[in-house]
Amino acid sequence: MEWFRKAKAGLTRQDKQDIPDGLWTKCGGCGEIIYARELERRFWVCPSCEYHFRIGHAEYIRLLLDDGVLEEYDRGLISGDPLKFKDKKKYPERIADAQQKTGLADAVVCGIGKIGGRAVSFSVMEFAFIGGSMGSVVGEKVARAIERAMTRRIPLVIVACSGGARMQEGILSLMQMAKTSFLLAELVEAKIPYISVLTNPTTAGVMASFASLGDVIIAEPGAQLGFAGPRVIRETIRQELPPGFQSSEFFQEHGFLDKIVKRTELKPTLINLLTFLSGPNSGVMEKTGSTLPMPGGLPESPA
Amino acid sequence: MRPGTYLDFEKPVLELEARIRDMREFANDENVELTKELRLLERKLDKLTRETFASLSRWQRVQLARHPMRPYTLDYVEKMTTGFTALHGDRAYGDDRAMVAGPAMLSDRPVLIVGQQKGRTTKEKLANNFGMCHPEGYRKALRLMTLAARYGRPIVILIDTPGAFPGVEAEERGQAEAIARNLREMALLPVPIVIAIIGEGASGGALGIGLGDRILMMENSWYSVISPEGCAAILWRSEGAVGNAPRAAESLRLAADDLLELGIIDRIIPEPLGGAHRDAAASASMLKAVILESLIELGALKPDELIARRRDKFRKIGVFSEDDTF
Ligand SMILES: [Zn+2]
Repeated sequence: MEWFRKAKAGLTRQDKQDIPDGLWTKCGGCGEIIYARELERRFWVCPSCEYHFRIGHAEYIRLLLDDGVLEEYDRGLISGDPLKFKDKKKYPERIADAQQKTGLADAVVCGIGKIGGRAVSFSVMEFAFIGGSMGSVVGEKVARAIERAMTRRIPLVIVACSGGARMQEGILSLMQMAKTSFLLAELVEAKIPYISVLTNPTTAGVMASFASLGDVIIAEPGAQLGFAGPRVIRETIRQELPPGFQSSEFFQEHGFLDKIVKRTELKPTLINLLTFLSGPNSGVMEKTGSTLPMPGGLPESPA
Repeated sequence: MRPGTYLDFEKPVLELEARIRDMREFANDENVELTKELRLLERKLDKLTRETFASLSRWQRVQLARHPMRPYTLDYVEKMTTGFTALHGDRAYGDDRAMVAGPAMLSDRPVLIVGQQKGRTTKEKLANNFGMCHPEGYRKALRLMTLAARYGRPIVILIDTPGAFPGVEAEERGQAEAIARNLREMALLPVPIVIAIIGEGASGGALGIGLGDRILMMENSWYSVISPEGCAAILWRSEGAVGNAPRAAESLRLAADDLLELGIIDRIIPEPLGGAHRDAAASASMLKAVILESLIELGALKPDELIARRRDKFRKIGVFSEDDTF
């Protein structure tokens, strides 16, 4: 039996780690010193240069879902150690540490929420959990989120943030790319819309599977997006990489991204896209949401 | 022994083989009776060969998978099929020589062959980018697989790549998108897809043509989420990545018997003792037999049943538990 618990999103331990300590914080983009409460009110986007600070899963839930509510599923899926992976730190210890740090069992949170009154199967990845890497648990939870979208005939939204497949599960991690992509083929057949939201970073095995397969793909500005890591590319071609290489802007320029969307405009953009995609020939049950976004409007601020 | 044609751990065997060859020639040329000596040496060679190759470490298997004399995709195509007609281009950007594809006859069956080709000579290696594909390679493969599916022809895929190419142009042309799209499109192709990892199966570059109904691995091939060197660079950067690749190979459990045990592959194709390169013809005939057998089994399934089984195969991959108290 599937179980859930309602997770009213608040600041988790993990968020407190990602978000700079203290009253004042230095912008990673322009170096300006900004009042932390001001940043929080702006969803951690710099007021001067629009640098997007990295935020955690709970913040995206609060930012994107109506009332910040996610009806969470599959919270208790826990990774095994199929390879008995030999490393300086044992894989189960690595998992336990990440669990302690984030309060999550693994690197993705999945469930049902509403965006502009429309129910969606929603997933958001957590970078603070071993770099948002995809092993068996992430693959399984994303697979179930896709199946949930098909069963309930509601759109799928995935907020990606991941360095790629998780090395410690070897070939099993790699195969999660095939598993999730397979189910997305069925999602297309079922005419269920899927919006992929890319955040900093989305690379390697996640980028080369479900994150690249949205009907519409949007990304926050300045995110690192791509297949191979910059270090590997630099060492392979023995050349410096061009400025802005593998950024959201690079991705859009080369035709692999529908739109760069500022964090503060993500929700209204999602509402517009979901409204369009839930057309008369779509497989979604509820063709219209109850609320439409204000043109260019901001979502409700948390504080 | 030409340098660059053998591995260090093969050397004693090869030297002994050469000594026996020389002695036999000498015996013939000079008409000297050396039968007894030869028999002794042959017994010694037999023992040494067994000792050297009987229980290989994972790292040794990786080395065999990369052996300079190992049969490549086109060697297998030449030995297993007739009438192979290589087709080129992705109809969008260009032709990737690291990916070969085209129709051929496998016994009496028309099939589409798809595979990575590393290149034997320095010139070929450079032209083929050492078997590392660009996006147009994956797109060429998909174009022709879609064509095969439209006309009901099964697909035979040979994987042999050190990875998808990590370069600026590959990123500009959407390496990630090309691989992801292949996975999604291969999922529902209504024809049998038989895959064999014949050498190296490195990460997304291998998986990009790796979704199908049967996954076979040659005995001395490897398949994992990252190369041993890449893994070592992450785990033991300070201690030197290259020297720790053998350790990483052990950690990753990337050998054929590992993948069989983990439930990822369906069958291991045995190789001649010492590796496929020691008898390419025998290797090809083993591989051909298993591919044919797989095609016959899969050919009996209706497309819906074929796809449903393919779905189950991938849907169930993963090791986890459920803890409701978390
Ligand atoms: Zn700034």
